[in-house]
Amino acid sequence: MNTVMSNKKVIALYVLPALVLILAIVYIPIILTGYYGLTKWNGIGSPVFIGFDNYGALLRDSMFWSSAWHSLLLALFSGISLVLYLAIAMVLASRIKGANLFRKIYLIPMLLSSVAIAQLWLRIYHPTNGILNSVLSSIGIDNPPAWLAEPKLVLLAIFVPILWQYAGFYILIYYAALKNIPASLEEAAKIDGANALQIAWKIKLPLAMEVVKVTIVLAVVGSLKYFDLIYVMTSGGPNGASEVMASYMYKEAFKAYDFGYGSATGFFLLVICLIATWIIRKLTASKDTIQYS
Amino acid sequence: MTSETASQLSRGAEGFGIIKAWRLGYALLYAILIAVAILQLFPLVWLLFFSLKNNQEVFQLPPLSLPMNPRWENYSKVWSAGNIDVYFLNSVWITLAATALTVVIASLVTFAITRMRWKLSSLVLGLFMVAMMIPVHSTLIPLFSMFNKASLIDNPISLILTYVAFNMPITIMILLGFYYALPKEVEEASVIDGCSVNRMFFRIVLPMTNSVLATTAIINIIYNWNEFIFVNTFISSDHYKTLTVGVQNFIGQYTTDWGAIGATLMISILPILVAFLFLSDRIVEGIAAGSVKG
Repeated sequence: MNTVMSNKKVIALYVLPALVLILAIVYIPIILTGYYGLTKWNGIGSPVFIGFDNYGALLRDSMFWSSAWHSLLLALFSGISLVLYLAIAMVLASRIKGANLFRKIYLIPMLLSSVAIAQLWLRIYHPTNGILNSVLSSIGIDNPPAWLAEPKLVLLAIFVPILWQYAGFYILIYYAALKNIPASLEEAAKIDGANALQIAWKIKLPLAMEVVKVTIVLAVVGSLKYFDLIYVMTSGGPNGASEVMASYMYKEAFKAYDFGYGSATGFFLLVICLIATWIIRKLTASKDTIQYS
Repeated sequence: MTSETASQLSRGAEGFGIIKAWRLGYALLYAILIAVAILQLFPLVWLLFFSLKNNQEVFQLPPLSLPMNPRWENYSKVWSAGNIDVYFLNSVWITLAATALTVVIASLVTFAITRMRWKLSSLVLGLFMVAMMIPVHSTLIPLFSMFNKASLIDNPISLILTYVAFNMPITIMILLGFYYALPKEVEEASVIDGCSVNRMFFRIVLPMTNSVLATTAIINIIYNWNEFIFVNTFISSDHYKTLTVGVQNFIGQYTTDWGAIGATLMISILPILVAFLFLSDRIVEGIAAGSVKG
């Protein structure tokens, strides 16, 4: 048995394809991103080592800081939207008939590509022919804004399709967590005279907290990485008002052909994502986990 | 007896009022759920409507009016005119090839990690788990220059390799639980029968993982079908573009014909929607299982 299951040749044969791929496509590029960030390089010639100049320039680059700020704002919006998703999941999990069907309907936008979603919402927000402004003008609002052309509104306008796209996903996760709570706990609380709100706040929320923490990490780190939707809807505009870290990196590298600077931005993005994950995990790590099984 | 009926009985005469209030609350909850469902579906219904209209109908009729004479020609027009047929076939074969490769390669490594004995297994597993946190954007520039050097730019192989590598961690993660739970007796019996590891894996273990393989395949298909940034960066000729990028370029050229735009978008999302109609339970399960991917 042991000799068969520790056959080195077979192990190598089974492990190497996956291992070589992950090293070649994920880990080596990450190391190279770190290295390219220290070079001046237009993508065609060979990279010239310039030390930390790119990082110095990055720290003085107001466009970069505003893109980082926009990423942070989106992360914040996403974090707050979790409250809404959790509330809907609570309603859905309250022994309602057809919960399964609702859950599936909510999930549909999540299955679509960000490009299709972005193109669809471009039509929804269209200043003259879009459905949003036609509805607004039909109820008497005469000069509805051109949502995606207003620097002050554009991030919020971009956030709405994000909210729409991920609703089903988070509701699905919360629903599963809430359904895992034994019914006996709720019944005991009811016998003690607790009302539905008290049960939700004092019993269900604490017991679903572990999952809530995971979704906070997912939402925040996920929003730091937004690219497709913004690239298609506004490509960072108007005037950089919706630029985020990933779209800024893409522009620097593939539009301005400054691969060194783009790599420095990409490395920064990586570090921020890892730090954000770490901080949120630390902040939300509970010392005592609740036992209820 | 449930606590609800118990408390209702115990309150005797007040019972009727409580039931009434309870019904009202129930109706309110339903109203909330239905409102959310409408919000989720409404943009898609509107998309379907304008995909069957011409510009005059889109702009002059109320936005919610049904397409009176559904213009299916919008679909036939964009299907061949904008290369959509080519993009569609590319999406299908690249998605399927990458998914099949991911599932097979991930199964092999998961088997080796969970069932076989070697010193570095936990280190290798760690490499895959850490990779899950790495944003794809941070690898984009080096991948572009690597594929460029290997003459794989504008070649679907670059897409397949990246899709397989980036979906590997989540696929392994989902398979892991299943493989850990496999009873050891399966292996012991086959070893005693003189079975080789290959035979054991392909003939006995792999067929046992059918259901979890389907789950992982589904989330791989959804990710691959919708992938945008790698196609947009690596592929330049229309011949190899997939739907996400093809749709984007096509619409960029015809920004004024809403019917054509609607039809193009519908074509790009329809396969996933149809799959959802038939496989919704599996897809829900797959997405829930894949939820660790940020």
